[in-house]
Amino acid sequence: MNATSVAVAIRQLSKRFERGNVQALETIDLDVRPGEFVSLIGPSGCGKSTLLRIIGDLIQPTEGSVLVNGKPARQARIDRDYGIVFQDAVLYDWRTVARNISLPLELAGVDRRRRDARVREMLELVELTGFEKHHPWQLSGGMQQRVSIARALSFSPALLLMDEPFGALDEMTRERLNNELLQIWQETGSTVVFVTHSIAESVFLSTRVVVMSARPGRIAGIVEIDLPQPRGPETRESPRFAEHITEVRRLLRKGHADEAIEGDTEVPLYVAEEGL
Amino acid sequence: MASAAAVQRGVEPRGAQIGPALRSAGLSVLILAVLCAVWEAYKWLGERTEIRWPFPVNERTMPHVHDMVGQLFEPSRRNGPLLIDVLLDAAAFTAREAAVGFVLGASVGFLIAVALSQSRLLQRGFLPYIVASQTVPILAIAPMVVVWVNPKLPESLAGWGAVAVISAYLTFFPVTINTLRGLQSADPRAVELMRSYAASRWEILWKLRVPASFPFLFSALKISAPAAVVGAIIGELPSSIQDGLAGAILNFNQYYVSSPPSLWATNIVAAALGIAFFAVVAIAEKLLVRRAPENVA
Repeated sequence: MNATSVAVAIRQLSKRFERGNVQALETIDLDVRPGEFVSLIGPSGCGKSTLLRIIGDLIQPTEGSVLVNGKPARQARIDRDYGIVFQDAVLYDWRTVARNISLPLELAGVDRRRRDARVREMLELVELTGFEKHHPWQLSGGMQQRVSIARALSFSPALLLMDEPFGALDEMTRERLNNELLQIWQETGSTVVFVTHSIAESVFLSTRVVVMSARPGRIAGIVEIDLPQPRGPETRESPRFAEHITEVRRLLRKGHADEAIEGDTEVPLYVAEEGL
Repeated sequence: MASAAAVQRGVEPRGAQIGPALRSAGLSVLILAVLCAVWEAYKWLGERTEIRWPFPVNERTMPHVHDMVGQLFEPSRRNGPLLIDVLLDAAAFTAREAAVGFVLGASVGFLIAVALSQSRLLQRGFLPYIVASQTVPILAIAPMVVVWVNPKLPESLAGWGAVAVISAYLTFFPVTINTLRGLQSADPRAVELMRSYAASRWEILWKLRVPASFPFLFSALKISAPAAVVGAIIGELPSSIQDGLAGAILNFNQYYVSSPPSLWATNIVAAALGIAFFAVVAIAEKLLVRRAPENVA
């Protein structure tokens, strides 16, 4: 595939942390097409968050390259090509909900009138209209995470990087936000790279699931998820959903088995299989 | 759907905070009354049982509370103005030095912290000297400050300007140390977010690190505000300034044997000035710092 026609092109990427002498990622090759929803899943320590941060130019790879929209990751960051959402909402306590959402726009030099209009649109998108004057600590965890998503989308980035965004939420809130995220993804048409360690979440959300193995982090396999869109609560009950889950789980197990053969004495625990 | 979601803590109107404020003020008055009662009870007991520990109790060592307060409303000298008028004038004079010193010290302290936060090397190099600056007794450097600063001051600042500088010297230290910590307290992921928005170093500083440091800054200002008053009083001594509280304290020190309540009354006024400085900072914090209740220092 031509590197410029993909949203994210990762070539021969390795990351070694000198401290602790850890090989976090080894020769990763991955293409994410525009408009795709790709999940990275794997056991703790497989480097999936590291990979996400490298795509976002928040840390540097030891070897290999990352192109985002055909540009080096650093240029993409400076051009504000992507928005990022962490496990915790990381909102600014001293700013209201509206001013949290408008922060990236402020930094991009957007004038006040357009900022306000955009904040209204975003609040509507994440269903928080009426909460603009609240401070973050006055919201529930799920609402805070919706503000964080609105903030990441406020400047219409082509790419959304999400690092276990719903990991700290209870199961019911998580499923509801999963549904909302899919809606937002379809409305905005953006590309999403999503880190999770929930198999069900990855299958439900994604068009492709990238399964990773640990130590060193490698791609153990990629599962194409052909569940029809739009997806909803009934998707989770379909036989095809269960098949995909089995497929992902097998790949995860295979990843662990490879590792055991290579003589790693410590076999990591299985990935959480919540929601099954 | 959003309205159905749990809003754990609603927005409280500002007025709702008046109730608790009144209650805590009432509690403070009550504690003051209890302390006065303990003082009087100890004195009453001590005079009758001739307690000699830790000191003999008598009119000189422990004047009546009502004598101290009453002294405020006696003439300061024969046919002179009331003591309270004299002391309030002195307090106003000292307050001006302390206020200028506080603002100067807090500003300089804040700027030093911002500068040091930019480089670990700078921090390691300078912090020992900043700490050392506070180990030098203020009385030892005050005369030098007076000699250095006074000749350069315009007529309107002559004399008391040097005292403000001495007061600033006592003020800046807690502000520097705490603000430095506050600037480094920003969530590392919040810094990553700022980088992802392509924010410059300067924007990260002003939009993230500085606001994140405010709770720390205000803790420091609460320490510094009364310290600025103490600094001003101490600074007046080597500057030979008679118009402030230091003059009054020196004066009544000399006459302690003949009139103990006068010095006690002066101390009450000096303490009240320190408390007033603290209160101004505390109110400013309430108005300016918006944080989750559990994160307020």
